[in-house]
Amino acid sequence: MANLSLTKVPMPEQEPNVRNRNFDEVALGYTEEMAKEEATRCLNCKNRPCVSGCPVNVRIPDFIAQVAAGNFEEAYKIITSTNCLPAVCGRVCTQETQCESKCVRGAKGESVGIGRLERFVADYHMAHVSEPVPAIEKNGHRVAVIGSGPSGLTCAGDLARLGYEVTIFEAFHKAGGVLVYGIPEFRLPKAIVQKEVDNLEALGVEVRTNFVIGKTLTIDELFEEGYEAVFIGSGAGLPSFMGIEGESLIGVYSANEYLTRVNLMKAYLDNYDTPIRKSQAVAVVGGGNVAMDAARTAKRLGAEHVYIVYRRSEEEMPARAEEVHHAKEEGIEFMCLNNPTRILGGENGEVRAIEVISMELGEPDASGRRRPVAIPGSEHEIEVDTVVMSIGTSPNPLIRSTTEGLDANSRGCLVADENMATSRPGVYAGGDAVTGAATVILAMGAGKTAAVSIDKYIKEKNA
Amino acid sequence: MFKIVSKKQLNEAVTLMDIEAPYIASKARAGQFIIFRIDEYGERIPLTIADTDPERGTVTIIFQAVGTSTIALSKMNEGDSIQDFVGPLGNATEIEGYKNVCVVGGGVGCAIAYPSAKALHNAGAHVDMIAGFRNKDIVILEDEMRAVSDNLYVTTDDGSYGEKGFVTNKLQSLIDAGNKYDLVIAIGPIPMMKFLAEVTRPYGIKTLVSLNPIMIDGTGMCGGCRVTVGGKIRFACVDGPDFDGHEVDFDELMRRNSYYKAQERESASHECRMLAAGEAAKEAQKNG
Repeated sequence: MANLSLTKVPMPEQEPNVRNRNFDEVALGYTEEMAKEEATRCLNCKNRPCVSGCPVNVRIPDFIAQVAAGNFEEAYKIITSTNCLPAVCGRVCTQETQCESKCVRGAKGESVGIGRLERFVADYHMAHVSEPVPAIEKNGHRVAVIGSGPSGLTCAGDLARLGYEVTIFEAFHKAGGVLVYGIPEFRLPKAIVQKEVDNLEALGVEVRTNFVIGKTLTIDELFEEGYEAVFIGSGAGLPSFMGIEGESLIGVYSANEYLTRVNLMKAYLDNYDTPIRKSQAVAVVGGGNVAMDAARTAKRLGAEHVYIVYRRSEEEMPARAEEVHHAKEEGIEFMCLNNPTRILGGENGEVRAIEVISMELGEPDASGRRRPVAIPGSEHEIEVDTVVMSIGTSPNPLIRSTTEGLDANSRGCLVADENMATSRPGVYAGGDAVTGAATVILAMGAGKTAAVSIDKYIKEKNA
Repeated sequence: MFKIVSKKQLNEAVTLMDIEAPYIASKARAGQFIIFRIDEYGERIPLTIADTDPERGTVTIIFQAVGTSTIALSKMNEGDSIQDFVGPLGNATEIEGYKNVCVVGGGVGCAIAYPSAKALHNAGAHVDMIAGFRNKDIVILEDEMRAVSDNLYVTTDDGSYGEKGFVTNKLQSLIDAGNKYDLVIAIGPIPMMKFLAEVTRPYGIKTLVSLNPIMIDGTGMCGGCRVTVGGKIRFACVDGPDFDGHEVDFDELMRRNSYYKAQERESASHECRMLAAGEAAKEAQKNG
């Protein structure tokens, strides 16, 4: 008999007023008992709607049945047969719009906590099982993967398991891409990302950091070096600014810079040299997950007031409901329906305030959301000493500008077909480099598809 | 890890190092830069490439010990390794199509002016070079600069070596003497570049300056290196580092580069305290 509770087993969390002063993980994870209890809420539906909502087709009811039976390692094997980064996905996937949105239990009450269970299984495995290195016979074919974010790691892992000699090229000094520079420690501990990278290296994947494709070597030179195919997973790293007055004042950051200083460069730890502004009041402009990350980071760094300044209403916010909820609990102040008009500087060119104009919602626009319209004469100032611009990013031009015959669209995104093939033979691309800023799991799905295509391409070429 | 193959002290505060980095060595062109990080706890610091030796696989950097990382690097020795060294980043200086060029370097900026002069000289341009220093003691790279220029003019602020005066005065006098430059390249402290651009502005001489703002990744990802050029935001790492000196908002750049001055001092004194504590502990151990 299934567990008929209408709600998920609650996730243990650090208290809001404790966690907003530290960088430890917010959600503490299920115990074995909690996991088993939550697992019994799954109805094991025959038609498995949840699986169709997963970009990497995790066999969800199967692994949950194993959790319910207490066979956690068996559950891990089922998940990792299609998803090589479960500890990451269990934490940062937008389950509510994917697998969990299709869950039958969601029709009345809450869906099964698929993400929480996935996380539990991955964490259990990491804590209890040391990975035996699988014996894989190398096939002698070399593939280059550009970027070590979610799409690159996935593509590299899948190809390595097929026997390919894979080299990942990473521009930064550390592998992980957005998982290490963007997503904060309190949502995704970096030790987990490192563990995933270690696993790939154990599979024989070579990770070359400090290597900028497009600069240190071009894609054409990779082919000259003997790589037979290339996967581009270079992400969407170029930050946008609003183009308003005052954006070059001291105290204005892109969310990328702010988060990179803290996450990758560990500005929050005393023994690191990385400087970061000691802020009293911070305005984070934007309403996405990155804006929530930046705001919650600012709070943890000691800012007394942290404002989310967003031009639409909370209803239109692209951030996950869970992130908005966590941010509010931690004391982030939401100033929706406000659009920045300029940033004002005081002495020494430092930020002293941000001027915003009040907005109201008009008719729906192209995105289907109601268009925000400025209310004339409603400009007002919010006193802040720091502004973080979190209004989106676009793909980096370094690769497309140095690779002849590689097509990109007007937004700078690489053009790839449903098999992730680009306009250049042997060159595949996926993740944010193709879609523009999207999610970790979509990037992973693209990496998986590309691995299949690359395998096919190389086999056909050598047939 | 990247090995320090050789080290030379050019003056009291300026150090030259050859770093083993074969890919960068065979790829880099004048005007491009690298980013280094000494160890896990260090910052990422951009430095313009002073020279390369593709056969030996080394990249030459010349730097002044001014901040936490450059001071620490200056204390490292031949045979030591630094954790990270990435490049070549940014765009190369345009050298094609110029016939008569004046390259101006100020202080340690000469280390960056030198490869540009060399590239232009090798491309067949007539190169005049002005190298300005505060005084005789800190003159660097004189022989190297002389070898790649048709005329080298060394100036010192106090007249202790070469001609007394600033590089701006020297450039003005060369223009007054009838030199028709089709390009001026200015590399040095921000005020020097700013005033040099004012010297050339009335004559409409194209003037390139090389900017070195604070940055993290050097690939366009952080936006920290943004500078206002011609009223538009540009990223020095991917759009530069060379820009039209007549269009750059130097005052803003100066402010932005002082962003972390106070914290840098704090960090430096923090390190001194840590060193002192470490030394004290060692002493205690020895004595105990």
